[in-house]
Amino acid sequence: MLLEIENLAVEVAGKRVLKDVNLSIAEGETHVLLGPNGAGKSTLFLTILGFPQYDVVEGSIKFKGQDITKLSTAERVKLGLGVSFQTPPAIRGVSVRDLLKIESHQDMDEELNPRMQELAKQLKFSDEFLDRDVNLGFSGGEVKRSEILQLLAQMPDFTMFDEPDSGVDIENVELLASEIGTLLDKDKPQGSRKRSGLLITHLGYILNFVSADRAHVLIDGVISCSGNPIEILEDIRKNGFNGCVECAQCL
Amino acid sequence: MDVLSVRNVYDDAERAKDKKAALGADITIENFSDETVNALDMIDDLDDLDKQTKKDLLQVGVDTEEKNRSGSFLQVDQSNIFTNNSMSDSIEVMNMGVALEKYSWLEDYLWNVVKPDADKYTAKTALNEQENGVLSGYFVRSLPGTKEVMPVQACMFISDEDIMQTAHNVIIAEENSELHLITGCATGDDVGSAMHVGVSEMYLKPGSKITFTMVHNWAEQVEVRPRTGVKLMDNSTYINNYILTSPVSTIQSFPTAYCDGENSRAIFQSIQGGKKDSIIDVGSRVLLNAKGARGEVISRAVAQDESQIYARGHLAGTVPEVKGHLECHGLVLSDDSFIYAVPELEASSANLEMSHEAAVGKISEDEINYLTSRGIAEEDAESMIVRGFLNMDITGLPDELAEQTQRMIDMSLDGM
Ligand SMILES: Nc1ncnc2c1ncn2[C@@H]1O[C@H](COP(=O)(O)OP(=O)(O)OP(=O)(O)O)[C@@H](O)[C@H]1O
Ligand SMILES: [Mg+2]
Repeated sequence: MLLEIENLAVEVAGKRVLKDVNLSIAEGETHVLLGPNGAGKSTLFLTILGFPQYDVVEGSIKFKGQDITKLSTAERVKLGLGVSFQTPPAIRGVSVRDLLKIESHQDMDEELNPRMQELAKQLKFSDEFLDRDVNLGFSGGEVKRSEILQLLAQMPDFTMFDEPDSGVDIENVELLASEIGTLLDKDKPQGSRKRSGLLITHLGYILNFVSADRAHVLIDGVISCSGNPIEILEDIRKNGFNGCVECAQCL
Repeated sequence: MDVLSVRNVYDDAERAKDKKAALGADITIENFSDETVNALDMIDDLDDLDKQTKKDLLQVGVDTEEKNRSGSFLQVDQSNIFTNNSMSDSIEVMNMGVALEKYSWLEDYLWNVVKPDADKYTAKTALNEQENGVLSGYFVRSLPGTKEVMPVQACMFISDEDIMQTAHNVIIAEENSELHLITGCATGDDVGSAMHVGVSEMYLKPGSKITFTMVHNWAEQVEVRPRTGVKLMDNSTYINNYILTSPVSTIQSFPTAYCDGENSRAIFQSIQGGKKDSIIDVGSRVLLNAKGARGEVISRAVAQDESQIYARGHLAGTVPEVKGHLECHGLVLSDDSFIYAVPELEASSANLEMSHEAAVGKISEDEINYLTSRGIAEEDAESMIVRGFLNMDITGLPDELAEQTQRMIDMSLDGM
């Protein structure tokens, strides 16, 4: 297993948000995380990433066979984790270009490498845009595209996408989906994919363009249901999340 | 010095010689020794300075090779050791003593926009002048209708222990002219304690523009008390940029721009980094006294170690149809440091527009986390955020000077 989460319980600001989460993702697989607002999806992501305010009170997270529960975020990222944020903060005086150089391990004095320049163009960013302070005054769509562009600079082995499609128009969802596909080795045949990912989506629209192997439904801090993404989404569309609470057979 | 006596400059100064300044720690002037004026020899070329001094000067924006400059002035302690007045037909750069001999009208510009009885530091400077003549400091003037884009560089340097340096500078932009200055202040490496009092008076004639970019790099035990007044006439623009990121004992200044001319505009932009146990009390004041006048005061302050920063801004509108904006952002990096932001807006007329924006806090954890999630170590993330925060866009400079200023800022931020 690439990622193995066992009996994970997490507190944020003294409140238990994740109660008993078990989740395994194998190399080359893409999983989807579904669940109502406030269920704890973003919390799970940021706990896997190791943000300090997420306090693991029980259980463990293993990545590439190593227990990473106590590692710092920077250390986890070095091991090959990456994330696109639902709502990233703006940072004054730190440009997208600077970040891309750091993320692709370039010297700051060098020009941005041709691969990143090309990818920026593909994601419809002009050269001037790259000099803007990251996320400062970005439109909703620009935030999402900049997150994906930064991940393309990092090329993590395991990438978590927190609602990469929310607030993005149809045309841009397709564009983002194709780059997300790159990050998840979708251009390779299923058996030879190495990169893996976990994707949060509310409406599932992006799944029309990015194939997923398995879906999990997180409700109230527990994964209440796992299975085929298309079937589960279909079920949620019909019966809402209540259906998942009652659904014991997919567990 | 008759004119000044008639104007009661020295009587006023005499009465104020024990007058404490309204702000800042009270410095015992007597602890510092007066230097003889022009005790040091002149040099022929800035290149003749020793290597360390050259480096110190470069740090505050003074290029000893004089590349892309329109004039140079260097005062060491109480001696003007170098002046280059032959680089531009549009600009005059002189030692104050020389200028007063050349222009009899110049006396009218002394102690006009800075008052001799403002406090004991201005009084001391005036009384020194009564005794020795007005001999220290520089005179810079742009001739009418000229537009020199290259800056004049002026530097105040303290080379000796325990001395008190005073200077009295006058800057005049004649009608429809443009003048750019880079002024650097620094101390020699082996100087522990010293005091600097600089009186600067600036006059902007109708349609003129002055940009004044100042970098301070004092030693840890230096007391600094600049006193600056700026008078703006119709349609003139004054831009003041101030950068301080190295330790100092105490600095207190509150430069004041008097927008007395219609549609005149004053902008103060400052970057302050407090380190060690520096006490930095730097403000900017704009008095909007004429129709259409505009004032902007923008500051960024970062306090670390045990430093204390008082970031003041004061805008006063006295007539209708003026506009002012004040912006003060501060980051407090350590538990032992603090920032005290004092934005003041004063409106004594209807139909004017003034606003302020102040935010002081610690470095945002979300921002640190965001950067660490991209693989940047926490410490590096912090310093990126601090540098980004201080690295404000300086507006209003010609391209070449803007680039140079950016390099100066980068250099100053390197140590943050
Ligand atoms: N830093 C925090 N401080 C306080 N409460 C928090 C914090 N982070 C998360 N929570 C709480 O934990 C719960 C789960 O939040 P989380 O953001 O993980 O939900 P989510 O499933 O991502 O929801 P959404 O679909 O709306 O994005 C919420 O009740 C939220 O208010
Ligand atoms: Mg969320």
